[in-house]
Amino acid sequence: MVAQVNKSFGNHRVLNDVSLAVSKGEFFTLLGPSGCGKTTLLRLIAGLESVDSGMVFLGGQDVTAVPANKRQVNTVFQSYALFPHFNVIENIAFGLKARKFAPSEINSRVNRMLEMLKLEDFGKRFPNQLSGGQKQRVALARALVNEPSVLLLDEPMSALDPHLRTQVQAELLDLHRKIDTTFVMVTHDQSEAMFMGGRLAVMKDGQMVQIGAPREVYSRPKNKFVAEFLWGANILPATREGDWLMTTLGPLKTEDRVTWSEGHLAIRPELIVLEDRPERAKDNFVQATVIQTIYRGPSVELLLDPGPVKVVTSPRFNPQPGETVSLFIPPADLVALESQAA
Amino acid sequence: MDSSPARPKKPKIGLATWLAAGPGLLWLTLLLAIPCLALIAMAFASRGQYGEVVWSFSLDNLKRLIGYGLFGWSPDLIFILLRSLLVAAITTLLCVFIAYPLTFHMASRKPSIRVFWLILVIVPFWTNVVVRTYGWLLILGPQLPPAQLAAYLGLIPPGSALYPGSFAVYLGMTTTFLPFMALPLYASVERLDQDILEAARDLYANPFLIFWRVILPQTTPGLSVGVIMTFVPAMAMFVVTDILGGAKNMLIGNLIQQQFSQARDWPFGAALSMGLMLFTLLSLSFRRLKTPGQKDPSLL
Amino acid sequence: MKARILALVAYSSLILMYLPCLAVAVFSVNKARFGLNWKGFTLNWYQRLFENEAILEATYNSLLVAVITTVIATVIGTALALGLERATWPKPCQRLFDVIVNIPVVVPDIIMAVALVLAFSVLRHLSSVFELGLAALIISHVTFQISFVTLVVRGRLASLNPETREAAWDLFATRFYNFRRVTLPLIMPGVLAGAMLAFTLSLDDFIISFFIHGPESVTLPIYIFSSLKRGLTPETNALSTLMLLATVILALLAERLTRKL
Repeated sequence: MVAQVNKSFGNHRVLNDVSLAVSKGEFFTLLGPSGCGKTTLLRLIAGLESVDSGMVFLGGQDVTAVPANKRQVNTVFQSYALFPHFNVIENIAFGLKARKFAPSEINSRVNRMLEMLKLEDFGKRFPNQLSGGQKQRVALARALVNEPSVLLLDEPMSALDPHLRTQVQAELLDLHRKIDTTFVMVTHDQSEAMFMGGRLAVMKDGQMVQIGAPREVYSRPKNKFVAEFLWGANILPATREGDWLMTTLGPLKTEDRVTWSEGHLAIRPELIVLEDRPERAKDNFVQATVIQTIYRGPSVELLLDPGPVKVVTSPRFNPQPGETVSLFIPPADLVALESQAA
Repeated sequence: MDSSPARPKKPKIGLATWLAAGPGLLWLTLLLAIPCLALIAMAFASRGQYGEVVWSFSLDNLKRLIGYGLFGWSPDLIFILLRSLLVAAITTLLCVFIAYPLTFHMASRKPSIRVFWLILVIVPFWTNVVVRTYGWLLILGPQLPPAQLAAYLGLIPPGSALYPGSFAVYLGMTTTFLPFMALPLYASVERLDQDILEAARDLYANPFLIFWRVILPQTTPGLSVGVIMTFVPAMAMFVVTDILGGAKNMLIGNLIQQQFSQARDWPFGAALSMGLMLFTLLSLSFRRLKTPGQKDPSLL
Repeated sequence: MKARILALVAYSSLILMYLPCLAVAVFSVNKARFGLNWKGFTLNWYQRLFENEAILEATYNSLLVAVITTVIATVIGTALALGLERATWPKPCQRLFDVIVNIPVVVPDIIMAVALVLAFSVLRHLSSVFELGLAALIISHVTFQISFVTLVVRGRLASLNPETREAAWDLFATRFYNFRRVTLPLIMPGVLAGAMLAFTLSLDDFIISFFIHGPESVTLPIYIFSSLKRGLTPETNALSTLMLLATVILALLAERLTRKL
């Protein structure tokens, strides 16, 4: 879809040799913190921004030089950007009218959209008479009525009330299942990216860090940034001595291939097993002292020394600060991180 | 959540932009910006025998500004300049004194009624200054109660009007410029945190202290805009002083007007204008110093 | 107690601001030809307005100038606002343009008038349009109106959601289609408010017209001013009242439009 794209604003390099391939019909999510360049990447695909170097492809065709109003791509903007002087029907019909479609064709397409997005009763309303969720549906309809090959969504949930988001996310997934359009969504919300279920790309400082399925990205983070950005894994500095990795917790083994002699390991807090019957014989058993116990209801969070290492475990356990606990760190879940590019 | 630093994107400057901005910019530059600069240049020229402009460098006009005339130094002109400053200052002060209670009263109304008050203050702002001054001429006429009361109190001879004179001038000026002061000030007063006033009262501050330490600092942005919007045009005013003031109340505005009409001494008029312009710029830059990065909310 | 003092000052200041207007209106329906005593209600003076050649001519001039200048200034001012707001000018350019556009707003009228007199005295050698008179009056009114129109329209433009324009672009609109169907309708309230403002400013202007007008181009404010010098007549009251009414109505309409949307 995009290959080796570069983009700078002034001296600030927003995108640095970014390449990305999205397959037809996929629900792809771009995830990253503010200012990582994900929105700029989206705007490059839409044609709202031009590339400094590199190419943009759509369906195998080079569209790098094609302006936004001629690309078969439509966008749902962060603010929805509905036209305040048009009612819902006129908003949805805008793209078709701009391309001079026949009125009958416009009518039937708009009606189909109204029906699909449950907007039948709001056709004559103006944007300021709609709720946030309804506005978002109008923005979706306005984009999808053009039958784009790719639908771009720029933080589509950020203008919604938090309690509405889960419901709207489910509706969006449902919509995607009904039509075979490619969706590319930008978000800074990790759980939203996970929820959508399709592949996701984690971006940082204008670069792609990791692309993969949610499970893969979460359980096998590529580097420290991904491990920390997605719900903060425990990061352990380590040095390699033969098969063993020496950490502050003690010597550990991993099933990962370790290429470095000095680097970092990651382990998810909920994948560390708290053993109440310590059996010293096994590998990857370590002992640590409890600093703090946080009771969260469904789970208990322990902060342990040395480390500090965080463990999330069943609320059945209730070790007191100062107590020593035994931990098992499953070698399959211990990830050897790639050293981060400077 | 803005995730890239340079949004929103604006197009580059193309032909269309130049076609759009060009005529307006050209118009304003040719007819206003350049003439204003020429005015400054002309202040250093001198007047020929028949009222024409002689373009030879001279500081005569600037000397005249500080009182040196054909017949040596005389205080007449300095008096006019000082009087302009004084009248503008007193007008501004009167406006401040009235505008604070007015805007506080407005801000304490219910929102629906506030809008009504706001419109009531804005409307005189738009009405013609000649007509309004003329209205005062009617009211202060000899047959009506204000003049008769003044005559009864022995302030003016019986049967005469309350104009021309300072009283009429200040009345005319203050009512003319009150909206200029009240509107920007209101913008600040409305935003004033009532809780802070309550807190100040809780700490047993006396009203004067509350004003000086709490209200004044917080309303400085609006007040400074209001002062400039009042003071500068008040100095340049010549309609009110011409109609209500008479010869004794001449201001710099009247003087400039004379140089360009009866006296035909453009270079001297230019020198006076330059002084006024410098004054305007000074007060504007003073405001910029005091409240950095604030845009005028008050212009309309 | 304190609130009462505030209210007292507030109400008195309102009365003081409206008293002169009220006085003009009251005397405009007073039967007395001379003097200021109340002699009963009449609309006679309004009728007389239509018999007074000089007044009719001044009204005609004022309206003609106001209409023509408003059209010119609205077009130029709106275009200028679009040009300034819709492009990224280099910082120094931006600053210079801002100064130029704001001259009429910050500089006292009298200096603007003097500057225009100066400009016309030079330009007169190029074309007779710049002789003091109706044409020069139109040109000078447009000069200050442009600024105010630009100011209002720029404010409107700045308050628009920048994504709206991008959305139209994204939805296959050409530049022209985008302008005609999206930008223009959206800034229309601002353009209309600016036009009304320009119209009021032109109708009301005294100082600049006073410097620029010729014997054949007397406008209403100038007529009223010079009639004050000649002596008051009840017709002047009637004329002034009509002018006040026109201004108030226009100002209220402009106010409505800027508040809308």
